[in-house]
Amino acid sequence: MGMSTQQIIFMVLSLVALVSALGVVLSKNPVTSVLCLIVTFFAIAGHYVMLNAQFLAVVHIIVYAGAIMVLFLYVMMLMNLNSEIEPQKRNWLKYAGAVSGGALLVVLVAALRDASVPALSESSVEIGLIHNLGKLLFTQYVVPFEVSSILFLSAMVGAVVIGKKD
Amino acid sequence: MTLLSIDWFFLIEKILLISGVLVLSLVVAMYSTWGERKVAAWIQDRLGPNRAGPMGLLQPLADGGKLFFKEEIIPTHSNRFLFILGPSIAMMVACMTSAVIPWADTMTIAGRQISLQVADVNIGILFIFGVVSMGVYGIMIGGWASNNKYSLLASVRAASQIISYELPMGLALIALLMLTGTLSLKEIVEQQRHDLWNVVYQPLGFFIFLICAFAECNRTPFDLPEAENELNGGYHLEYSSMKLGFFLFAEYINMFISSALMATMYFGGYAYPYMDKLGLSENMLALTGFLALFIKTLLFIFLFMWVRWTIPRFRYDQLMRLGWRVLIPLALANMLITGALVLFRHH
Amino acid sequence: MQTLTNRAKPVDRRPMTFMEKMYIPAIAKGMGITLKHLFQRKATVSFPEKKRQFSPVFRGLHVLNRDEEGRERCTACGLCAVACPAEAITMEAAERKPGEEHLYREEKYAARYEINMLRCIFCGFCEEACPKDAVYMSETFAPAMYQRKSFIYGKQDLLIPNPKTHLPVNNFRPKKYNSQT
Repeated sequence: MGMSTQQIIFMVLSLVALVSALGVVLSKNPVTSVLCLIVTFFAIAGHYVMLNAQFLAVVHIIVYAGAIMVLFLYVMMLMNLNSEIEPQKRNWLKYAGAVSGGALLVVLVAALRDASVPALSESSVEIGLIHNLGKLLFTQYVVPFEVSSILFLSAMVGAVVIGKKD
Repeated sequence: MTLLSIDWFFLIEKILLISGVLVLSLVVAMYSTWGERKVAAWIQDRLGPNRAGPMGLLQPLADGGKLFFKEEIIPTHSNRFLFILGPSIAMMVACMTSAVIPWADTMTIAGRQISLQVADVNIGILFIFGVVSMGVYGIMIGGWASNNKYSLLASVRAASQIISYELPMGLALIALLMLTGTLSLKEIVEQQRHDLWNVVYQPLGFFIFLICAFAECNRTPFDLPEAENELNGGYHLEYSSMKLGFFLFAEYINMFISSALMATMYFGGYAYPYMDKLGLSENMLALTGFLALFIKTLLFIFLFMWVRWTIPRFRYDQLMRLGWRVLIPLALANMLITGALVLFRHH
Repeated sequence: MQTLTNRAKPVDRRPMTFMEKMYIPAIAKGMGITLKHLFQRKATVSFPEKKRQFSPVFRGLHVLNRDEEGRERCTACGLCAVACPAEAITMEAAERKPGEEHLYREEKYAARYEINMLRCIFCGFCEEACPKDAVYMSETFAPAMYQRKSFIYGKQDLLIPNPKTHLPVNNFRPKKYNSQT
């Protein structure tokens, strides 16, 4: 017996995630990029399910794939992007991109060299379920949670202010 | 890991159940088209389809056959892949929601406990939300890939309508969740089996959910995305043959599923009054429970149709105002009141 | 402005009250009306199986009458064509030859008699104008046909069957239309 079912599913999900993530970057058509990104999100949601974090998986889909990407797609579709009107990219931009990408690679390699993957403790297996997550959010992490809610509130107020200005 | 090791009987049972649920939703959707035409006709003092088969019962088959044999047109300069993907997503998403609906209580066949629910995930309601929020992609991709301004505009309108009405729907559900304290649909039904139906505790929440369900299914009075007579059919303007059929069919499946959901969450699901006092065997209980759910669902489908042939369509600004200025504040108020009452009861 | 009838109702332009703005009572009322119609008698007549009764003054397709001995009554006087406001009737007269007395009642008869059913407005003036009781309007309407020329009814389409050689007159069925009572 080579691999357990779990490992096979993990491999497939990772492969899908990687391929679609590459598709996001490499695709010429922005709408295809967005669709690839949605597929990536689904693969990641699959990973969450593998970690027994069904709540996180579903919230990930609802928030990212269901709401944010819809808005992305919305804007992309209305912008009428096609190859004829795409501005010419300057050469120095490509060099800058190559340099910064290389720098990122070095940093990542350095970071990964020292990192060790901590084994999951038995108690943390259940953390992704809604009951435990809620308890944790409202006891141990209540301050950051409330702070982020203020952030959302300010974003909402900002949106209303911008929307009213006409 | 027991989670993923395969129990073959379990697998077969689930596959059978999934096919059963799919066939059920497809058949109900098919006959909803017939029912819609009959109800429309009766309301308008007509007879409705009565030529194909007795009472016109073969009409859906005739319609389906017609759609299959229609010419398949893919507009030039449109994105072929996405053009096909659009209706596929619409159909797939419509069929997926039925997975978490508990169609009946458990049955015991040949010594095996069989749950008549495809997946009793502990996040049932959130799953539905996730899937419903995917539904908008079918419309958007289809509308955009048609390479037609009118389709695009209609799909943009549809997307903003669906996103707008998802919010009050979610808020209305949160009030229900506060009351029941669970996200599992099965548990929600079991609670209603031993208590009053949720609609008694959540009348406003139910009403908001109902309105949002109309909007999410693109049904009149919220059928702006596909307003036949003023938008030439909206986002599926360029579609023909069975791809158009998929879009139309997905709407009817959505209607069936949302009716089943409303029956499950607010009207007791497969539970019916005095079901535990009849002294029926477990299998009979499951069977009658399924019938009860089915009848409730059909009544909701009838409500969908009845409203469609009564109320005219909203104007677009009215639609948005209703969603953002009326339903969301109402849902928030409902949530607050429910929260306060739940707290009050705890202390 | 003076109203013509006493049924005129002035438009209520007052701003809506809160109850009216809720729309729910109005929607409930509308749903009540549609529900009532759900159970009302349907106006549809299932056509080929059931037929709506024609009124006694109904004017349908024309027939050319024969007399009791089966002779054509029409004498091609042209009064019907003159009376026709739609100019749907044309005819050609011919003289009766000796030996044709059993076919035509008068010495002059219509060799060709055509009514264009697409022009005809079914006013019935031809019927009134006919001095010989030859043209009558039956209780049928023109059936659907694929070509315009099929709507020009000739003598063979208009003449009723000969009572001498055929079954009684009231068994007459018009052209291409077999289920009329």
